[in-house]
Amino acid sequence: MNFRRGMILAGVAFFSSAGDTVLSAGMKQVGEISLSNLFTVFHAVSNPFVLVGILLLLGFFSCYLTALSWADLTYVLPATSIGYCLVAVFGKVFLHEQVTPLRWLGVFLIAAGVGFVAQSPHNTTHQHGGENPAPEVRS
Amino acid sequence: MKALYTWGFILAIIVFGSAGDVLQAYSMKRVGDLGKLHQQHGLLAVFKRIFQTPTFFLGIAAMAFGFFSLLLALSWADVSLVAPASASLTFMANAFAARIFLQEKVDARRWIAAACVAAGVAIMAI
Repeated sequence: MNFRRGMILAGVAFFSSAGDTVLSAGMKQVGEISLSNLFTVFHAVSNPFVLVGILLLLGFFSCYLTALSWADLTYVLPATSIGYCLVAVFGKVFLHEQVTPLRWLGVFLIAAGVGFVAQSPHNTTHQHGGENPAPEVRS
Repeated sequence: MKALYTWGFILAIIVFGSAGDVLQAYSMKRVGDLGKLHQQHGLLAVFKRIFQTPTFFLGIAAMAFGFFSLLLALSWADVSLVAPASASLTFMANAFAARIFLQEKVDARRWIAAACVAAGVAIMAI
């Protein structure tokens, strides 16, 4: 795992959580959308927060596709799930949401999952090998 | 009856969501390392290679169906049930699907990681 690839994985986590937070702030400004008139959701795009949120999520999608081009799906998903923790932190700091102790326990469990997968080989299918082809079995 | 609809669409979110993830992962593995491709042939070649992969569009379609299932589920149930239930179960479904369809070697370490994250997401919903 070189520095550039680490930055791509960090980008997946950062862009998805920042995108969700900014979208959430935008949708709070837009207000509730009635289920009988779902198409009003398209008007939400004119809100600057929603627009920035969409741009951030485009950044997420390009980092995500790049990561999947050299790493397993079962590596990328846990490795970038630190984003769930970032959302809790962003929600508390920027949106002033309440984060209960139980939620912090959830954050801790997710971080533990990330720690588990971070040391395992990132590609086990041998199609492209990556920079460091994984051995057949590694526990 | 409403609960049945809700769980039916949560199931749909999980099926379409993990189908989308697996198809996207399969496409990107076939396209190859985007970083190398970009360095050697430029950004245009990256887009060309991605858009020439039919499974990429199937993945996008699956993701779109997943998104509309989410909207429908949200019309019957609270976001605090739908979002974590679907996110954590999609996580586990992805581990199974990656093993079966992508031939990834999901070892004990990855199973534990998936279970930790799924449990963490579920707890954050309480």
